[in-house]
Amino acid sequence: MLKVEHLSYEVEEEGKRQEILTDISFEVKDGEMLVVTGPNGGGKSTIAKLMMGLYEANQGKIYLDGQDISSLSIHERAKAGIGFAFQQPPRFKGMTVRRLLSLAAGTELPKHICCGLLSRVGLCAEEYLDREVDGTLSGGEMKRIEIATVLVKKHKLCIFDEPEAGIDLWSFAMLVDEFEKIHKNKKESLLLISHQERIIRMADRIMIIDNGKIKKIGPTEELLPELTEETMSRPYCMME
Amino acid sequence: MILDKITEKVLRMIDGEGFRQEGAFNLRQNGISVCHGDSQHVKIRKKEDRQGIDIYIDKDTKGESVHIPVVVSASGMTDVVYNDFYVEDGADVTIVAGCGIHNSGCNEARHDGIHTFHIGKNAVVRYEEKHYGEGEGTGAKVLNPVTDIHIGEGSTFIMDTVQIKGVDSTVRETNISMEAESKLHVTEKLMTHDQQEAVSNMTVTMDGDGTSAQIISRSVGKGTSRQTFHPIAVGKAACHAHIQCDSIIMDQAQVRSIPEIDARNVDAQIIHEAAIGRINNEQLLKLQTFGMNEEEAEAVIIENFLN
Repeated sequence: MLKVEHLSYEVEEEGKRQEILTDISFEVKDGEMLVVTGPNGGGKSTIAKLMMGLYEANQGKIYLDGQDISSLSIHERAKAGIGFAFQQPPRFKGMTVRRLLSLAAGTELPKHICCGLLSRVGLCAEEYLDREVDGTLSGGEMKRIEIATVLVKKHKLCIFDEPEAGIDLWSFAMLVDEFEKIHKNKKESLLLISHQERIIRMADRIMIIDNGKIKKIGPTEELLPELTEETMSRPYCMME
Repeated sequence: MILDKITEKVLRMIDGEGFRQEGAFNLRQNGISVCHGDSQHVKIRKKEDRQGIDIYIDKDTKGESVHIPVVVSASGMTDVVYNDFYVEDGADVTIVAGCGIHNSGCNEARHDGIHTFHIGKNAVVRYEEKHYGEGEGTGAKVLNPVTDIHIGEGSTFIMDTVQIKGVDSTVRETNISMEAESKLHVTEKLMTHDQQEAVSNMTVTMDGDGTSAQIISRSVGKGTSRQTFHPIAVGKAACHAHIQCDSIIMDQAQVRSIPEIDARNVDAQIIHEAAIGRINNEQLLKLQTFGMNEEEAEAVIIENFLN
């Protein structure tokens, strides 16, 4: 499915080159759920953005189903089968929630489909369909709509960048159920950037990123005990 | 009456409801009223002293639409028309008054529509005005509308103006006075491209207590076009008003937004907001993750911004 080989990414700041990621190699198999975790500022979101083509790697290769997608643009990667949910989704003045979901689906969606999608992410659908995706929506509402834009159609690989951020406990529980369903069906591979224990526990494998490097990668049952309170948040465990 | 293909096409662009020769209507083409009809509650009369029509909307009008489009397809023509609307107390009406110019010649084609509204008490008037220009000629397409509106006590006036494409030059003058407890909602949408110029001056005077006005302007400036929006809200009584101007600027365009608020009563509450900026890069990236290329994403953002 997804294969990443020796990926490096650096930026220039005040005339100096700064390495953000160094020699990153990993795989996500068909139907697998890989959760990328680790301390803040370690480079987790950068990995997600490199996969989607939002950033361009300085070195290394990315393969999707054997095809080298390293030089593909964002929209070409989307067409190749990658879906991406932003950590901080943008607002669109003048665009309704229904229109945004239809654009994500690539076709005009009937009302009942939109309602079903919004319900899956914990939004009372009827209230939201005709609302604008603008400053009148809260951060949590924006985040749930963002996740719905990925759930709206089938992808080979779905990437969620900290899907739990800014979401209330009830909606988080619903979201976890959704990820569980996708994972159980094994039809889509999942790459999640997360600190949340409930999400991490769901993963087939965990990749710990620290200071731009892979610190460890392996089966969840092996690595979970090594994760410290610093890299893993537990408040949502109270829901269990 | 059978219409030619150019007129039919222009009518499709300027009349969102679809122009039909039924009910109350008046089609003006190249300076002449070519067909018109009355309904039970709406009567249209030709002016005796100058170009234009008087439209009488009686108190029993409920949810009816009046269509009075203008089409100019003669290059070199300057068409000036005066239309007066008399809306009786309690009427509820939609007036669709677009104007389209098809200029296939090398001379300027111009339409100046001067509309005056006399609105009684407790009426509801929706006024839609789309401006559009087309034609392969080099002659300019010019539209200079003047709209004077007097809103009677307890009445509501909803004004939607749209100019999306093809008009080379426009100067819009709008003056609105409001009696007690009346409401005003104005939405102005504008896109200029190439070397087009657009100016919109609007003065809203809230004379009576309990009046409220909302003025929303959204515009996109492309190419080397220039546009200026200058709305003024004058509060002479206990009133509420909100002016919001948002613009997207692209290429080498110039966009000027000058919201002005003028309070002359301690109970007047008037707010203005104005923002001009380029297309948000995060929006472009998000739409690209849906599979659109950059150009497609840009078009979607503009379309929805002006929606």
